[in-house]
Amino acid sequence: MTRTPPVLDVDAILDDRGTRIVVCCGSGGVGKTTTAAALGLRAAERGRRSVVLTVDPARRLAQSMGLTELDNTPRLVHTAGEGQLFAMMLDMKRTFDEIIEAHADPERARQILTNPFYQSLSSSFAGTQEYMAMEKLGQLRRSDEWDLIIVDTPPSRSALDFLDAPERLGRFLDGRFIRLLMAPAKAGGRSAFKLFNAGFGLVAGAMTKLLGAQVIKDLQTFVSALDAVFGGFRQRAEMTYKLLQAPGTAFVVVASPERDAMREASYFVERLAEERMPLAGLVINRVHESPAVALSATRSAAAAEELESRGEHELTAAVLRLHAGRMQLAAREHREREHFLSAHPTVPVVQVAAMSEDVHDLTGLHEIGRLLAAGTEATVRHSA
Amino acid sequence: MTATARDTDWDGVRLHVVTGKGGTGKTTVAASLALALASGGRKVLLVEVEGRQGIAQIFDLPPLPYEERRIAVAPGGGDVHALAIDPEEAMLDYLEMFYGMRRAGRALTKMGIVDFATTVAPGFRDVLVTGKTTEAVRRRGKNGRRVYDAVVLDAPPTGRIGRFLNVTEEVADLARVGPIKNHSELVSGVVKSAETAVHFVTLLEEMPVQETLDGIAELRSAGLAVGGIFINMVRESQLPEAVLDSAVKGRFDAAEIALGLKAAGLADGASDATAVAEALAAEVVEHARRTELEKTERATLRKATVPCYELPLLADGVDLAGLYELAETICAEGAA
Repeated sequence: MTRTPPVLDVDAILDDRGTRIVVCCGSGGVGKTTTAAALGLRAAERGRRSVVLTVDPARRLAQSMGLTELDNTPRLVHTAGEGQLFAMMLDMKRTFDEIIEAHADPERARQILTNPFYQSLSSSFAGTQEYMAMEKLGQLRRSDEWDLIIVDTPPSRSALDFLDAPERLGRFLDGRFIRLLMAPAKAGGRSAFKLFNAGFGLVAGAMTKLLGAQVIKDLQTFVSALDAVFGGFRQRAEMTYKLLQAPGTAFVVVASPERDAMREASYFVERLAEERMPLAGLVINRVHESPAVALSATRSAAAAEELESRGEHELTAAVLRLHAGRMQLAAREHREREHFLSAHPTVPVVQVAAMSEDVHDLTGLHEIGRLLAAGTEATVRHSA
Repeated sequence: MTATARDTDWDGVRLHVVTGKGGTGKTTVAASLALALASGGRKVLLVEVEGRQGIAQIFDLPPLPYEERRIAVAPGGGDVHALAIDPEEAMLDYLEMFYGMRRAGRALTKMGIVDFATTVAPGFRDVLVTGKTTEAVRRRGKNGRRVYDAVVLDAPPTGRIGRFLNVTEEVADLARVGPIKNHSELVSGVVKSAETAVHFVTLLEEMPVQETLDGIAELRSAGLAVGGIFINMVRESQLPEAVLDSAVKGRFDAAEIALGLKAAGLADGASDATAVAEALAAEVVEHARRTELEKTERATLRKATVPCYELPLLADGVDLAGLYELAETICAEGAA
């Protein structure tokens, strides 16, 4: 009853010059950034000029790519013949500032950049990071300096947040609340709230109580100053969204064989289909395998018990217990994978075995890249 | 409730905030901790804030509404209640509680102010969520006693926890005066008091361990009370130290295992016994190397000088029975 899904052919994707963007997505803690970095290195080794865009990577992983600061500048990490690997860390606030500077005249830009609401918006983690990652992706793509961009999506509350960022921005800009706040500017400085009916009066009272008058004033200044920049914002968000749907993009969903991560992977696969985004396949990281698969958990545990009761071969019994535990874990992981496959039988999959150590350097990344490309599809079979 | 004092590491703590890197089992630990704290006739509230419905999934329940309800009975007859906080509903609560303005709140919601607040100032959202949580901590019944003996908060991951809890600072620039400011100070009063402890969940792996230490340093510098470290999914080794020590160096005698396999009737002939024994030996060497790394990570965690608790890996994954098993371990180790 073991399903054999199509194998995700990583090299074919990286070798295809038509592939210009690879987006790695998945829930937190599944090795997404490592996967992105390993794909970037492998692409470079295969002759491409690739850049890995990471968002908030773990320190040692950043070091493994020679990244020491968050400065929005792609740096050369590795050269392999024709191929090159660049890497950069996203500076969310800097990216946001640049958009403002590009779209507003200097005076208005100054007003926005110094507003407390802008400072909160541009440096906070939730939401903005997703949007800025996509913005940076768009910039890198338009610069055409790299022939392959690999982007690691932010560790969102929900792995889907970055897809929603452009739309949420649009909804935000079109919201009635925004229009209410903008009203004073449009009505020549008269109080916004007086222009509206009793319903709005109620709201105005609540707003003032909730936020305080000073906050309302800051907000209004902020929103009207941003007004000029809004059109450009939405346009860029839409462009990036279209870029993600384009044929040169490949989404790689990353998971570990745990229930939560696989569930998130399922949502992701479904969501990408809904949005008509091109899915390349699923990478399952940290899969536990055993070199002794022929010996099932059940037989192993029974034999251990037998030896223990006879009081013989203590070491063998302990080793058999260890093996039984390992096989049990592998079986559980296998079940999680089967759940996914029964719902998504056509999604190409590749598994990467759990490594005992974290990746510290390019050698480690190279090894992960090799495993990704080897297509070690389901080597574990279970009879337990 | 007859909450008797118990001799645990966190007596006096009423708000247990549980954080951890993604994938470390934060929700599992929060749920087991709630069960452990409730054991012996106490009443505990388990709160989630990220809209993931993780509590419902873990307890195998339909999605939780924005309403406190009993979801489990603890060992020895306590109650665990749960609440999934929705920021929008929390805002309506806030308006009603402090200003008696439910209708105006509805109007605000319709206009998308929550959407707005989340987009433009996540600090506001966090204040609402932590505000609701601390309200549950402070709430008293008609008899004047606290309604809950403890509240467990399944908090955002380590990377976001500092900002999430440091509410006053987060909204200070936005609202220098006014009700939001006052509210955030009220929340902060609870979060920074001796009644609150922030626990970290980690695995014995390099990245989560490093993130834990970074998170602890961040909280300490922000003046927040660090609780304990829950080391999750620990695999126990039954192999003797000496065997592990030489296996780390790649030395392990497969011949002895081959004999054992034959004795156990697991091999068809000598060559088969050798082949299986060698495969198992490879497994032992790998296991020994991992155990060695885990030892290093354990030592690293000790540098944080906070109590560490070890929770076993559940072989069959996390289910209800598993949660009770973990709760028992938590009690036995003195964390609750």
